Order: sequence, then C-alpha cells, then structure tokens
Amino acid sequence: MRAQELVQGNEACARGALYAGCRFFAGYPITPSSEIMEYLAREMPKVGGICLQMEDEIASISAVIGASWGGAKAMTATSGPGFSLMQESIGYAAITETPCVIVDAQRWSPSTGQPTKAAQGDVMQARWGTHGDHPVIVLTASWVREVFEMTVHAFNLSEQYRVPVILLLDEVLAHLRENVILPEPGELEVVERRRPERLEDFKPFSNEMIVNFGEGARLMVTGMAHDEWGFPAQGQKAAEQLQRIVSKIESRADQLALYRAHFVDDADIIIISYGITSRAVEAAGHQLRAQGLAVGWLDLKTLWPFSDKLIRSCTERAQYVLVPELNLGQLVREVERAVRGRVAVEHLGRVDGYLITPQEICQRVQALLRAGVSHGL
Amino acid sequence: MATKQIQLTGAGGQGLVLAGIILAEAAMRDGKNVAVAQSYGPEARLGASKSDVIISTEKIAYPQVIKPDILLCLSQDAFDKYSPAVDSQALIVVDSTHVNVQGRNTVVQLPLSRAAVEQVGNKLVTNMVALGALNALAHLVSWENLQKAVALRTPPKYRDQNLYALEVGQRLAQENQTKEV
Repeated sequence: MRAQELVQGNEACARGALYAGCRFFAGYPITPSSEIMEYLAREMPKVGGICLQMEDEIASISAVIGASWGGAKAMTATSGPGFSLMQESIGYAAITETPCVIVDAQRWSPSTGQPTKAAQGDVMQARWGTHGDHPVIVLTASWVREVFEMTVHAFNLSEQYRVPVILLLDEVLAHLRENVILPEPGELEVVERRRPERLEDFKPFSNEMIVNFGEGARLMVTGMAHDEWGFPAQGQKAAEQLQRIVSKIESRADQLALYRAHFVDDADIIIISYGITSRAVEAAGHQLRAQGLAVGWLDLKTLWPFSDKLIRSCTERAQYVLVPELNLGQLVREVERAVRGRVAVEHLGRVDGYLITPQEICQRVQALLRAGVSHGL
Repeated sequence: MATKQIQLTGAGGQGLVLAGIILAEAAMRDGKNVAVAQSYGPEARLGASKSDVIISTEKIAYPQVIKPDILLCLSQDAFDKYSPAVDSQALIVVDSTHVNVQGRNTVVQLPLSRAAVEQVGNKLVTNMVALGALNALAHLVSWENLQKAVALRTPPKYRDQNLYALEVGQRLAQENQTKEV
C-alpha cells in the first residue's frame, strides 16, 4: 500500500491539475489561492508546461483562453477580487466555447474583504458573474482528496463540453492539510478534447469538437455573436447559437449532478450543503442520528447546472429542508425554487469569517423538529 | 486516544503553522488521521496566529478544533483570548518568557523562548522547543516520528538546530514535571 501524505487543499488542486494534463497556468497571487500557483511555478516546468505570473487577473484568464486554443489544458486560480476581474473574459470563454478551468478560493467579501477568512459568497457570481445568458459548470469540494478529484473532473468536463468550468473552494479548505492517499496515474479517468476527422469542412462552432490553432482548420474566434464558422451572426442564427451553447450544459443538469446523499429516504429534515460546510453537516448529521432524530443530508458537489430533479427527489418525504452556507442566502434560493413550496426551506447563514459548527446545525435541527411537533407535523 | 484537539496559538512569525504541520505529520506517521487548519489575520507578521490540529483514530469530519484538549500560548494576546474558553481538564502550556498567567495556577509555565535563545542560540526555534515540551507532557506522537517530521519539514541548513530545539523542549518539560513531584 502507498504511504499517506500530509497535503494542503491548494496543493491537492495543483497536483490534480497536473494529473489531468494541465500544461499551462497563468495567475496573479492572491490569498487564499496563492499556494496553487507556488506549487505549479515549481512543478510545471518539470513536466514541460508553462506557469506564468501575469500583471493581473484579466491578463491571467486571457492567457489561459489563448493557451487553450493553442492546444494546452489551461487553468487559473484566484480569490474573490480576482474572480470579479475575470468575469468579462469568462463570458468570452463561454461564447467561444473554450475549455478552461478557473479556481476561486472564496474569502470573506465583497471587495478586499477579509483575505484570510472563509466564505461561500461567490456561488451566484460563479453562475451569473459575466453578463448575459451563458453556459458554465461550477463544482465544489469539501475534503483535500476531493479537491484533487474535482480538479481532475473540472478539466474533464471542460474538455468534453468545451465550456469554462469553475471550481469553488474556500479559505479553510484551501489551507487545510489532511492525510491523504492521492490517486495514482490511471486511477481516475482523464478526458482529452475531441478532434474532428476531417478539417476541410470543420465548422469550429457547431459542436463540442475542437481544433487547436495551427493545426490546419480555419479558425475565427470572437466574442461577437457568431455562426458555426465564427462569422458575425444576428437574429435567429445568433439565438440558435446561444441556445445551443447554453443547452449543451443545462440539458445535462441531472447527469452532471455529483453529490453524496445520506439517509435522505428516511428523514423529516434534509440538510443540503456544499463545500467546507458539508464537513460540519456530516459531523452534526451523525450526532443527530445517534439521538434518534430523522435527519438526512445531501452534499452537493456540482452547484451549476443546478439539478432541480435531484433536490426534489431527495426532499420528497421531508417536512423541512435546512440550507447552511457561509453567506446571507444564495444556494438556498435555488433550493426554494426547486421544491416549489412543497417543503419548508430554512436558511442557516454565517458571515463572520468562521465556519458553521456542528453544534449550530444540531441546535437548529432540534429547534425545527420541536416547532414541527408543536405544529402537528 | 480516540481524538485529540490541539490549539497552537500566538503571533504571526512564531512558526505556529509550521509547528502544527510537523505535529500532524508525525501523527500521520503514527498511523492516525489528522487535520491541520490555520487561522491568521491579514498582517504579514505579528497579527494573531493559530494552528488547529486534530489527531484521531476516527475519520475527522469537522476539521477545526471546537474544544481543545491541549492549548499552547506563545503570546499574552493568545492566552487572554483562548484560555478563558478552555475547560479545566485541558492542558494549557504557555511561554512564561512572554505570558503572565495572572494567577491561573493550573497552567504549565515554561520559559520556551528563553530556552530557545539561551540553549539553542536562536529565538526562531521557540516553536520546536514548544513542540518538544508539549509532546513530553501530553504524549501525542512517538518521539521517533516527531524527529522525522521535523527533519522532513524544516530547511536542511537548520535541521540540526530544530532537532536540538525539540530535545531542549522535552527536557524543559521533564524538569518541570520532576519539580512538581
């Protein structure tokens, strides 16, 4: 058996990127994501890749998009302030269907906020930060090993669907060190971009196949609304193209939904969480079950596209849904929308920079169950 | 031992994050599960700094310390902030060079940074003196793996100094225990 290693979340992300075949990284240092770049600055050259420190985050995401069209699997990593700067170009990546991975280690926000304090405040920005309708996939993780796995998965999805994939971490997980056995080569699937067989009549914006610059296909890559060839499009053609790029992701919402469900078939209260908060939920969930309370929990790994079907099927028998998150109410709105008023949805938010504790969750669940009993549920 | 929660507290620059990593590295080598969470302010140095180490034979779900079994305080600010919340069963160790425990007589007071300066000749190894002392008092990890972890996680140039600092800390704690008896 291979030995355990003590690995930090950010390091697991960097190592996951290399495992997935990432050979280009461009970034600008920012707490709490800097260790990703520090690791890649040291290790990327050893595998023949490039790691660049750019002048800012706008240049970083732009370099990543260019590198992707040059044929490299490419990534950048940042935190809230840098993620805000990247938004315009994330839209550019979406409309040009450029495979790329953007890591956002969330910190207390808005603005400079608290660089060393955790938050989950970028959930909506990850989905809607760039203007207009657009496709994007957003993943998250709760454990150091999971950071590695989800980074690999982020690359796989971005290459498979030609879409920017955002991985949301947070300050605590980014800096957390745990003992792990990381996957060996071959243990996890690594997806490569699909090339068309014939280049002569290849339409670069018609499906999920891609030809890199310099490989013989005629390419015009533009942020303007464009037809299958990349030439400017208006009216019905522009609408068709937008619908195609959005629906290639949204139509797969159920298939792309990664999650862990515990006791959801047998629970009056379902706790729905994601990221680092799921660790408190897991600790609380087992404590509450040990007290004989009918609690189940759903730990979401895919945040966007949002699978309404998953939320509905997991909350079918429940009386209450509790959504703890490190913000003033973001994913809870999606949960409320998905359950369509059939179940009472409660939010447990925390924004003082510290994690929600298992104790807070236990107290809230116990209070909800007491209230439920007094209402004859 | 099922689970031990350890909080290493002080100021930025005192090496508390590194001390936490080394303690966890040693515990992992002993076959335990570990989680090390760090917490610090926006300052490059001298802000509050804290390292939460959890060592367990079980899976560690919640990765931060809720109720410390062991608290190390290398600064007065850290002692004032963290010691009131710690219950009477917990082991509290302070650097008596800097911390006035104000009559809290259950606290183990050791001149950690004075020993680093006088016996090792480098104030920067106070964190290793503290680790050696803490482990001698609480038996968290095997001595062999603690040495291994120090060797692995410190720069080669300062390895011997750091290893010696561990021993100085261990001796300091043992002398203190003998005194109590």
